[in-house]
Amino acid sequence: MSKKVLVLGETREGALRNVTFEAIAAAKKISGGGEVVGVLIGDSVADFGAELVNYGADRVITVEHPHLKSYTSDGYGQAFMAVIEQESPEGIVFGHTAVGKDLSPKIASKLQSGLISDVTNIEGEGDDAVFVRPIYSGKAFEKVKSKEGLSFITVRPNNIPPLAKEERSGDVSSLSVDITNLRTIIKDVVRKSAEGVDLSEAKVIVAGGRGVKSTEGFEPLQELANLLGGAVGASRGACDADYCDYSLQIGQTGKVVTPDLYIAAGISGAIQHLAGMSNSKVIVAINKDPEANIFKVADYGIVGDLFEVIPMLTEEFKKVM
Amino acid sequence: MNIYVLVKRTFDTEEKLVISGGKIQDDGAEFIINPYDEYAIEEAITVRDEHGGEVTVITIGGEEAEKQLRTALAMGADKAVLINTEDDLEEMDEFTTSYILAEYLKDKDADLILAGNVAIDGGSGQVGPRVADLLGINYVTTITSLKIDGTTATIVRDIEGDAEELETSLPLLVTAQQGLNEPRYPSLPGIMKAKKKPLEELELDDLDIEEDDVEAKTETIEIYLPPKKEAGRVLEGDISAQVSELVGLLRNEAKVI
Ligand SMILES: Cc1cc2nc3c(=O)[nH]c(=O)nc-3n(C[C@H](O)[C@H](O)[C@H](O)COP(=O)(O)OP(=O)(O)OC[C@H]3O[C@@H](n4cnc5c(N)ncnc54)[C@H](O)[C@@H]3O)c2cc1C
Ligand SMILES: Cc1cc2nc3c(=O)[nH]c(=O)nc-3n(C[C@H](O)[C@H](O)[C@H](O)COP(=O)(O)OP(=O)(O)OC[C@H]3O[C@@H](n4cnc5c(N)ncnc54)[C@H](O)[C@@H]3O)c2cc1C
Repeated sequence: MSKKVLVLGETREGALRNVTFEAIAAAKKISGGGEVVGVLIGDSVADFGAELVNYGADRVITVEHPHLKSYTSDGYGQAFMAVIEQESPEGIVFGHTAVGKDLSPKIASKLQSGLISDVTNIEGEGDDAVFVRPIYSGKAFEKVKSKEGLSFITVRPNNIPPLAKEERSGDVSSLSVDITNLRTIIKDVVRKSAEGVDLSEAKVIVAGGRGVKSTEGFEPLQELANLLGGAVGASRGACDADYCDYSLQIGQTGKVVTPDLYIAAGISGAIQHLAGMSNSKVIVAINKDPEANIFKVADYGIVGDLFEVIPMLTEEFKKVM
Repeated sequence: MNIYVLVKRTFDTEEKLVISGGKIQDDGAEFIINPYDEYAIEEAITVRDEHGGEVTVITIGGEEAEKQLRTALAMGADKAVLINTEDDLEEMDEFTTSYILAEYLKDKDADLILAGNVAIDGGSGQVGPRVADLLGINYVTTITSLKIDGTTATIVRDIEGDAEELETSLPLLVTAQQGLNEPRYPSLPGIMKAKKKPLEELELDDLDIEEDDVEAKTETIEIYLPPKKEAGRVLEGDISAQVSELVGLLRNEAKVI
């Protein structure tokens, strides 16, 4: 049976996030030839509608309200439930992002529905769709199905390839919703993550560990990351030592990332660190200890001093890029 | 203040996983309190010490989960509740777990409920917000700071690395993120006292829950280990030759740059 599937679009720094395009691709599979409807929520989001269509949404619904400028679970919850009421979807896809993780359980609870979180792959289509998700911090995987009714999933960034962007046409309509009774007031957002590329969506991550030795020690890593259009990450060892902010921590108690290229410099490769990055497509390890555990998961390794290797690597990339 | 903490018993982070018969083998494995739930317990104790009241820790699980509850009591929680589903339920999902927790909590007049933001085994991060929604109370996820003044809560939460400051009111459910606090270790006197603290054991019957009410909405059809990664290539030669070889490999063999 073909399904109607809603996708929640998300923006960051004034642009749609990649994970939204990935979510559209996931929704296409779940729909099994049915309809994919993009949903945009905010104070001014209608301009993004056309781009959702170009990435594969059949049409788009926008909900705009001054109270939706910042995300709150109450505000977005009311907006999204109004869309559900109008559309009666058979599937829903969110990104497994801060917003998606916070909002999806609320919506699932209101619909008394199952929810399959943090999906990294989809096998089959339509009613036969089976969802793959990591469990035990990536040490194992499970395949899960919805038993009945709604197929509701969140997709982990960087795992499901988006559809090609094409000039396409589709309706962008607005739904007016009265947003009331918000129980949370957002006071401020203090920016701690780096400008530009978001860690969870970065295609290249240059991560440093205790071996980086100081805050300044991260500078050559940042330079390499900038050159490659990537982001800097860190081990908990580096965060605990105060070389960098915890917002950079990768691992079981930090972020889980799956970039195309993960360069680990001065990181020993503790199991809790591996939990956050071992599913990266290609892993490079730079460590002066040839016995370091990180070499066991690395595709390519260089045994050496990171302060020598990283700047050379930057120079070498400059030559060929 | 009437404070509840949702606690899950999980695999120790260092454990190797073995799958047989389609299930994760847990005989002989070490179990711990889910690390994020330790932050939740610590925060609950701190709030109680400042504002008075009582901290109750709740878990759904089998008989063995008593050990993690005793640890929470040794840290300083006042009471524990084990909802034992072992004999009643074969299959559970996040819907099931949340429904049972909410049925227990619905007439408890909780001012504050704390949970972990995610369990490191199941990894869905659903249970906290689902429980709050079922109870009709507000929730804030991945918090790194909590200040309570009367019924006002001032909170900092982590949103993908950025810090969002917000204000809301009790009753409230929050989920803990790393950075919230440093969980204490149980002291020896704490461990002695914990043995005498009340630990109530309930079954679904005691909560008037029928098995049909909590039937899972999703179904796990397979559990498997990721394919073993081939040992990688450690490059050789002088460092500058290794560096240019690496750049070549990343561009031409791995094709990621
Ligand atoms: C419950 C729990 C949760 C945890 N969660 C996380 C998590 O989410 N993320 C995480 O990362 N950790 C986590 N940890 C911590 C983890 O166990 C390790 O302690 C941590 O990852 C170590 O960080 P590191 O590799 O930077 O430091 P170390 O283990 O000290 O390794 C430093 C490495 O740098 C190398 N080195 C030193 N100098 C140089 C140089 N000049 N050039 C090249 N190499 C050099 C050394 O050879 C060494 O291998 C957790 C632990 C627990 C118990
Ligand atoms: C007897 C039994 C059978 C199960 N059978 C299945 C099965 O067939 N298929 C399947 O997929 N899963 C099964 N599970 C796993 C279980 O359904 C999930 O682990 C559970 O729904 C919680 O989801 P999560 O681990 O993703 O927790 P998350 O939502 O990530 O947890 C977030 C927070 O919620 C709280 N929390 C979570 N679980 C509990 C709990 N049990 N008690 C108290 N607080 C909690 C904690 O504060 C935790 O930090 C079974 C579990 C049990 C005990």
